[in-house]
Formats: sequence, C-alpha cells, structure tokens
Amino acid sequence: MSKRVGLEISLAIAEAVKLADTDMIAAYPITPQTHIVERLAEMVAEGELKAAYINAESEHSAISLCVGSSIAGARTFTATSAQGLALMHEIMYITAALRLPIVMVVVNRAMSGPLSIWGDHSDVMGERDTGWIQLFAQNGQEAFDMTLQAFRIAEDHRVLLPVIVNIDGFTLSHVIEPIEILDQTELNKFMRTFKPKYPLDPRRPLTFGAFAIPEYYMEAKKQVEQAIFSSKAVIEEVWQEFDKLYGRHYTPIESYKTEDAKILLLTLGGIGETAQTAVDEMREQGIKVGLLKLVMYRPFPIQELRDACKAAQTLVICERAMSIGGQGGPIGFEVRSAFYNHRTDLQIHDIILGLGGRDVKVDDFKVLVKHASEKKPKEYELIGVRE
Amino acid sequence: MSEKFSVYVPNLVNKDENFVQGHRACQGCGLALAVRLILKAAGRNTIVVSPTGCLEIISTPYPQSAWNLPWVHVAFENAAAVATGIEGAFKALQAKGKKDDKPVNIIAIGGDGGTADIGLQALSGAMERGHDFLYICVDNEAYMNTGIQRSSSTPFGASTTTSPSGQASIGQVTAKKNMTAIAAAHNIPYTATACPSYPFDLMEKVKRALSYRGPKYIHCLVACPTGWSNAADLMVRIGSLAVETGAFPLYEVIEGKYKLNFDFPKLRPITDYLKIQGRYKHLKPKDIELIQEKVNNDWKQLKHKVSCDMLASPSRERSGE
Repeated sequence: MSKRVGLEISLAIAEAVKLADTDMIAAYPITPQTHIVERLAEMVAEGELKAAYINAESEHSAISLCVGSSIAGARTFTATSAQGLALMHEIMYITAALRLPIVMVVVNRAMSGPLSIWGDHSDVMGERDTGWIQLFAQNGQEAFDMTLQAFRIAEDHRVLLPVIVNIDGFTLSHVIEPIEILDQTELNKFMRTFKPKYPLDPRRPLTFGAFAIPEYYMEAKKQVEQAIFSSKAVIEEVWQEFDKLYGRHYTPIESYKTEDAKILLLTLGGIGETAQTAVDEMREQGIKVGLLKLVMYRPFPIQELRDACKAAQTLVICERAMSIGGQGGPIGFEVRSAFYNHRTDLQIHDIILGLGGRDVKVDDFKVLVKHASEKKPKEYELIGVRE
Repeated sequence: MSEKFSVYVPNLVNKDENFVQGHRACQGCGLALAVRLILKAAGRNTIVVSPTGCLEIISTPYPQSAWNLPWVHVAFENAAAVATGIEGAFKALQAKGKKDDKPVNIIAIGGDGGTADIGLQALSGAMERGHDFLYICVDNEAYMNTGIQRSSSTPFGASTTTSPSGQASIGQVTAKKNMTAIAAAHNIPYTATACPSYPFDLMEKVKRALSYRGPKYIHCLVACPTGWSNAADLMVRIGSLAVETGAFPLYEVIEGKYKLNFDFPKLRPITDYLKIQGRYKHLKPKDIELIQEKVNNDWKQLKHKVSCDMLASPSRERSGE
C-alpha cells in the first residue's frame, strides 16, 4: 500500500531513486543537493538499495562517471546544484548527444558571485541549449513523482535523452511536506526494465563518441532536436499512464483559474504555489487573474503556451533568472518569441524576482498584477531590489 | 640465432588486430604502434576509453572507426571517470544479476595532456577510489593534436609552439612532470613505464597490469615525428635512445617495489637522443650539459629506489629497432 508521510523532499527523491531500483549513483556534495545524495549513500550502505554509489572527486567527474555507467547499461542517477551543474556543463551537451538516459535532480541554487547557497533558477538556465529534457516540480509530491517519471521518459527507446528534474533549493529541498510514497508493488506496474539500445559489449564492438566533420555535425544535432521534440508525446503518454495508475495529473503547463482571466501569471517551480495563493486572494476581490505553471521547460511547450494565453490580454512572467546584458530573463525571451508573428495584442511583462534566495511573497504577486493592469510593459523589470 | 628469433617471434604475438589500418595517424606515429601492441596484449575481451586527443582524432572520424573493440570517447579531462563509471556500472549490474560475471578489461588510453594536465584530477580520483581498470598514458610530450603546444610532460629544453626557443628562452623551462611517481603515490598495485620500441616489454607490462585487481597505470613514451621534428623512420630508434640514454628509463613499481627492467652499465650520452630531434636543435653545449646532469641525477635516484631489487636478473629483450 502506498502511504502518505511527512518527509523532507530531498529524502522523498532518494526514496524515488530507490524505488526505481537505480543501479548506479555518482555524485559530489554541494549545498543544497546534499540531503539527496547523503540519503542514497545511506541506503546503499544499509543494503536497502542495491547500487554502486561512487563518490566522485568533482561534479565534472560525477557526470562523466554517469556517462560511463549509462553507456554500460546501468540505470543511473545524480544530483547537483549551481556551481556543480556549471562544472558539468561541458558534459551536458555530450550526454544528450550520446543519447544517454541519465536522470538528474537539480536542486536549483543561485550561481556565484557573490557566492550564494540559496535558490533561484540561474544554474539550470545555463543548461537550456544542451538537449536535456527539463521538468520543474513545485512541491514534494511532484518532485517524487517526476523523479520516477524521468526514468520512464529518459529510457524509452523513442526518447533516449537525459532528464533534469528541477526543485528549488531549500524552499523545496529542505522542506518537510506530506508526500504519498508509492508502494513498490504499485510502482512496478509503472516502471520498466532499462535496456540500452546499443549495449557496451566486446562481442559486439561499437564506437561511442566519434567526432563529426562539418558534413555530419548538423545532422547529428538535428537528430537530438528531433528526439527532444518528439519526446513530448512520450512524456504526455507517461503522464497519462501515471494518472491512470495513481490519480495524479501532469501537463506541460498547469493552468489555474485561467478560464476567464484577463491577466495571467507565469511561474516555474515552487513559487507557483505562492502565486496560487495570491490568485485565490485576488479572485476573492473580483480580479480576473489566473496562473500558468510551466512544468515542462524542455521541450518548450510552445503551442500549449499559445493556447493557454488565448483569452488573456496580459501575461506576467515571474522568473528567477536573468540574462545579464540581454533583454531580461531566459523565460522572457522564449515566451515573447512564442507569440511573435502570432499575436501582437498580448502585453508581456517579464519580471525578474527571487534571485539568490530573496523571498517571493504572496503580496508580491498582487503588486505585480496591479502594476501590470495599469502600466504598459517595459523590456523587463527586476523587483524587490534596492536601488 | 637472430634468424630463428625472427621466425619464432611472430608466434608469440596475438594475431588479432584490434586497432586497424586506415586510421589517420602521421607516418611514424609511435602512438599508433603502441596502441596496436597494447590491444594485442589485452585481447578481445576489452573496452577502451579515450579522452580527446591525437588517438581520438586519428581513429574515429565519423562514420569511420579504427577500433575492433568497444571504444568510448566523451571529453578531454574525463577518460578515467568515464572508464570507472563503466567499471562501477558493470560491478553493480553483476551484483544484481543483470549482467554475466565474465570479467572485462577496462582500459583508458590518453595522451599526456589528457593525463598529466587536464585529466589528472579525474585520474587521481579514479585511482584513489580503487576501481579495477588500467590507465595507459601514451606520452608524446606535448599537445600534438592541437599543434605541438607544451604540456607539463614536455621535457626541459624542448621547443614547442607555446614554449618556443628564442633569444630569451631555451624553450620549455620546466622539468617533465613525473606522472609515474604520481600514480605510484596512490599506492596502486601496478605502475610501469613502457615504450613501443620495446614491444615485448610493453605487451608483457599490459598483461601483467591486467593480472592485478584495482587501478593500474602504465606511462608509455611514444615518439612523435611531427612534434619532435625527426625523420619518421627514426620513431622506433628514438624510443630506444630515450631508454638507453636514461631520458626515459623502463621500470615497474609492483606493490610499492621499484624494479628496473633495462639496466645499463653506462648510459649513452644524452646528446645521442637530443641531436636527432628538431625540437632540441637550438640547445647549446652548456644546455645539453645541464640536461645530462639532470638525467644522471634522475637515474641515480631511480637506481637507489630499485637497489633492493637489483639482484634480479636484468631482462634481455631485444629492442624493436
């Protein structure tokens, strides 16, 4: 029987990795990712999880160990944050190009400097172009569910791409929430055995990682592009099956009270729940406001976004990352591009907030909605920052 | 004797070619010869991991491959991490009954840049963790693939494109990093130096290394006519001279004990080795004296380390020249 327990979200993720019967974990400690890998190391030490737990000497080696492991045919997991993810950056592209179904939880943390251990999305936005599938969880249950779903998605032979599950540093990773931990027997209905498409076997020698001359490079990149776009149908299929088995529904964009909304907020990660409270309170005051939560960031759900905004006049993007020297935040670029050539009447406000763990409160969203209903959008705005 | 020897020798060597013709190595590439011999010694039940470098670019321009074995390339600095990821995964899969128990040789083969410079951290981590794998550095003493830039393995006095000799510089001003000592300091069961100019010694060392469990390290000097500016047909000869002059002694560190494989009553003068390489042509007699002094000192130190084992009869292998 599945049971609902009060559990720190990091520990729930470790439970998911164990329930998935993961074969290999390689990691390097970095705050706020540590609780996940500590719990996994403990599970292996106690014999609860039969897996290799390898203490890498850096994140670069952690992801490289994972690459070797995944090529060798093992179900492979790692977790990291901020600087650790940046150190992995080089290998992130190669992991996707080698089509390796590694699952990684990124406990989102601000990029140094100044050094900050607290949360924002500046770390993972750097991995935007690598070819990894990216999902954002907004609470513990989603973090647990998505970790399990990630293995199904990544290892599907129609996909074969690595998956990042994003959770906010501290505000999710270190928080205790009621989470339904699926029972192994229940879960076995959902999980599949990982079979590598191209096994590493001296009886059938294959070359992995040949280099491409200009005559081949673009085709190789196009294959990854096609794989990630066609993964969307598989992700939705996996979500439907998950819903059918366990009654929890996932969509690329989660819409909340959007039907008659003139103003929509758009969030990623944990601030979605804060925004939801703000929407409820504003609705009580008769403000026609709704909320979109971007769950699937890669592949980017362009059509779903356009559809979700059909009836709205104003869209307020609330993002925890910034492209310094550019026109705001990475989500802002992408959302505006989605509407360019499609509609010109949607007022898009790109709001950058909550960097480096700065609190984002219910009232902040109310101010944003008021502001957006009164003023024309600027290129972008940083809010909650001292002049 | 020598006639019989040449009839007999081919029968000693594995006929399998696992690093095959058609690769794009330069004429007289010591690396290509070394890899061919290494794989003959390792046999078919082997997986090779390589970092970015000469070996990767000469052997795998998509859609071609010179490898008759599974071969993996990921990036420049992580061959040891990738190789030990494979090892860790195989062990886990075997423990869980998801893979047969047949042992597989896992060998990482990287250049001096990928080993002594950018890959040193990953290699140290892999050796410290005690994975069962063999790491072979094929050392051509500079970044040859990118155009002969100096590495920490480039010897003192060698001219490269980023340590050029000139009016104000001798070329490389630092001494060659002692990777073999660094590897041995990890207290791994087997460390050795080798050179394809001594093919049987090299192949024996690969076999011996693979007979140990845990991390093993072989540092293999491979002459590079392109980078060292020597005639391509001198590649094997230069390797022999490196050994005979003491510039690159052949020895093993087996479970902590040093063993010299080729001893010489008197080393050949270092100038015999230096004078046939363009990278040293700018050296003046006093520079060569300095290098000779360094070689003598290093040789003395090495002999001191092996003194306990010196009673063992020296190997009498013919060099490949």
